[in-house]
Amino acid sequence: MFWAAHLLAGLAVVLAWPAPVVLSRAKWPARAPFTAMILWQAIALAGGLSIIGAMLVWGLDPLGDNLLEALGQLGDIAFTNQPAGTLGLLHVFALSAAGLLTAHLVFTLLLTYAKIRGQRKRHRDMLNLLSSPAVNRPRTLVINYPTPVAYCLPGGARSVTVLSDGLLNLLTAAELDAVLVHERAHLHQRHHLLLWAFAAWRAALPWLPTSQLAQKAVNELIEMLADDEALKQVREPDLARAIAIVASGSLRDPCGDYTPEDALVAVALTPGTLVGQDTGATVIRIQRLLAPQPALSVLQQAAALGTSGLLLGAPSLLLIAPWVLG
Amino acid sequence: MATLGELERTVMDLLWGTPGALTANALRDLLALATDEAVGKELAVTTVLTVLSRLEKKGLVERERETRPHRYRAITTREEHTAELMHEVLVTAPDREAVLARFIGSVSDSEAQALRKLLGS
Repeated sequence: MFWAAHLLAGLAVVLAWPAPVVLSRAKWPARAPFTAMILWQAIALAGGLSIIGAMLVWGLDPLGDNLLEALGQLGDIAFTNQPAGTLGLLHVFALSAAGLLTAHLVFTLLLTYAKIRGQRKRHRDMLNLLSSPAVNRPRTLVINYPTPVAYCLPGGARSVTVLSDGLLNLLTAAELDAVLVHERAHLHQRHHLLLWAFAAWRAALPWLPTSQLAQKAVNELIEMLADDEALKQVREPDLARAIAIVASGSLRDPCGDYTPEDALVAVALTPGTLVGQDTGATVIRIQRLLAPQPALSVLQQAAALGTSGLLLGAPSLLLIAPWVLG
Repeated sequence: MATLGELERTVMDLLWGTPGALTANALRDLLALATDEAVGKELAVTTVLTVLSRLEKKGLVERERETRPHRYRAITTREEHTAELMHEVLVTAPDREAVLARFIGSVSDSEAQALRKLLGS
């Protein structure tokens, strides 16, 4: 149990800082957003599991050789007033910390859920007063606002996509379809559940690099996933133009020769020279559409997925069967 | 029978479209004109008062208490409410990012400028 506790603590440190920093700087997630999403989830889950596990296993070390036996002993001490014996003050402290952290994580998850639900309900109430249903488009609302805005508000059967009429004025029918298919993909793929989990993770441990980086990465990855899903129904240039127009918030000249595709391909191919040093998430999305990189090879995908499995498997094994370390 | 949500919407439309304040009775008559006749006929003034007190609680409507019966008016214009709501959507705050999924996340100034230049406007 002693070695298991130290290994878990080591894993927790790696997952809290270096691992997310490396992954957040990697370029390959744009080529395999789904795999990257799995890996981020594995890092978050394994991180939580190993922090709590390390304190639990270390605290229970004097009571037995495996978790179940030691937990049974702890129950005896707590409920039947048996002498605590070898259990020192530091062990009790570690066990309390493990319990408190678990409670904190669960509580924050529930609190975040309640907060999000409340804000969505308030938002939906205001939309009910301020917007009107879009013509010929189910579950779509239009709001009178000059800036191009598009978003979806999840809420089970009441999920809606909201468009501003500034957006309707700027986009062609094909580009508008691309926006709507993209937003619907968010709802189909239940991205709001991922947003909830990672928002809670960040709210619970805001000072941890991993929770900040993970939330940012997940926000960007769900956009790529929704883009990929949209491409099953719309063409790349339409989606890319829609992204560029909405992101720039610019007014398209109604009589001029609009949005040269060559220019967008140029931004896609030479982002560094055009946008300066920081290539934002929006430019990366346009690049992926107009100058797609080959997807990761099966071997690379398998490696990433294998790492995810290992990240989750290793702490679980150390918790359930610490004697494998001898 | 129209739902409370639909009634709130119609009442707000009427108040936003009226420069001054309105009594519940006047609103009931306008509602009868604005909505289906079947709905309008069934509508009691107490229902209108219920809707108004809900809107008052939400901070959308205020009551003039100097006169009897009380008169109601919209606190801010529809445009101001829309601007406020869209501001909530467009401003990026970590604790708000999970509420809704935007088509475009936050765009840095340099990124928007570069895109604008390329789009030729």
